[in-house]
Amino acid sequence: MSDGGESALGWRAREVEEELPGLQLLVGEVQYTRRQSLTGGSPPEIRQRLRELSNRFRGARAVAIRREPVPAAYRVFFRHIGLEPDVVRTPIEAAVLERMLRGGFLTRGLLEDVLLIALVDTGVPVWALDAESVEGQLGIRSSREGERLGRCEQASALPGGRLVVADASAALAILFGELAPAHRPSARTRRLVLFAVQVAGVPTLYAEEALWTCRAALEQA
Amino acid sequence: MSHYEPQVIDRDAQEDREIGERAARASLRAQIARLERERSAIVAERFPHIPAPVAMPGHLAGAPTLLDLGELERVRDRLAADAQELHARVAERVEHERRAREQLRRMELEPGRYRFVRLPVKDLGQGGCGVWEVRPRLGLIGMLAGWWQLTLSSGCPLARGSRSTRDPGSPR
Repeated sequence: MSDGGESALGWRAREVEEELPGLQLLVGEVQYTRRQSLTGGSPPEIRQRLRELSNRFRGARAVAIRREPVPAAYRVFFRHIGLEPDVVRTPIEAAVLERMLRGGFLTRGLLEDVLLIALVDTGVPVWALDAESVEGQLGIRSSREGERLGRCEQASALPGGRLVVADASAALAILFGELAPAHRPSARTRRLVLFAVQVAGVPTLYAEEALWTCRAALEQA
Repeated sequence: MSHYEPQVIDRDAQEDREIGERAARASLRAQIARLERERSAIVAERFPHIPAPVAMPGHLAGAPTLLDLGELERVRDRLAADAQELHARVAERVEHERRAREQLRRMELEPGRYRFVRLPVKDLGQGGCGVWEVRPRLGLIGMLAGWWQLTLSSGCPLARGSRSTRDPGSPR
């Protein structure tokens, strides 16, 4: 696990590395130092940032975004892994569609807002896990038949061959999908593991910037 | 020839096949990337006149997996069909706009022959709600005198409707 504000590359299973060489997982750990709850309301500066970003995205850009290099790379990657991006939207397209439908990027709690800001700023999606529930380094692999999503007994079983983000012993999230409920950050979480999914065509700088944006916002005193 | 030589040959052949299939999958991914970019470019450039192809009802959203050769081929074929359909629609639309521009030119040259004919700017490939229309100059006088002119309407209706002409002090 990375430490001291640096991001590290996650591991990839051999078949993933061979088939999707451009796919990378950037992982970083964050000590949450703000006073307010991680899942509570956002402070004024975060809300202000969301308003600024809302103004940056208007109808014309919402349509044209699929042609921008980073969002286009995620669209292509979705096709490569069997996702239909016009049905399951890429994270940035989903965020922009929400912006259009609701008239702005609405606040949904501090952590959600920070992840959204990083996504809209860079086009790179970032997810957060409770660091206490993560064992070892994160990476990407295919799920085993019947394997559970998370270490919880009640967790749902996965079919084999699903691409997942996993730690040393369990699948913790479906790639571009659901996080294992027991591993999501809660109001009491003080240490987070952030991970950004970088695909072919997305410069590493963008993925690092996405993680840095989250870290800067969450570590602010 | 020793008894294990055929096994070595089989293993080599299998390795070759795996390498070949991996190269084929990489090639299909490159084709998918090109087709997806082509498709996105058409949708972005031609919006709203040409909408993105809609996924068929009941079409599976899919799940993130490593696709095999057959699955990648199906994705590629679907995208190729989409791209072909989009290109056909673009050609149709370009022809429609060309005819509309010709019509506008005729309306401009001979307004008297196109009395009250309306041509939305959308038909010309432009955005907005404007409409070109041949109208009589000076209303009824122009209609009687045969003075016709091509005018462009002011655009989209206001979100709150037209401004009230009622005196603010007058009773409702």
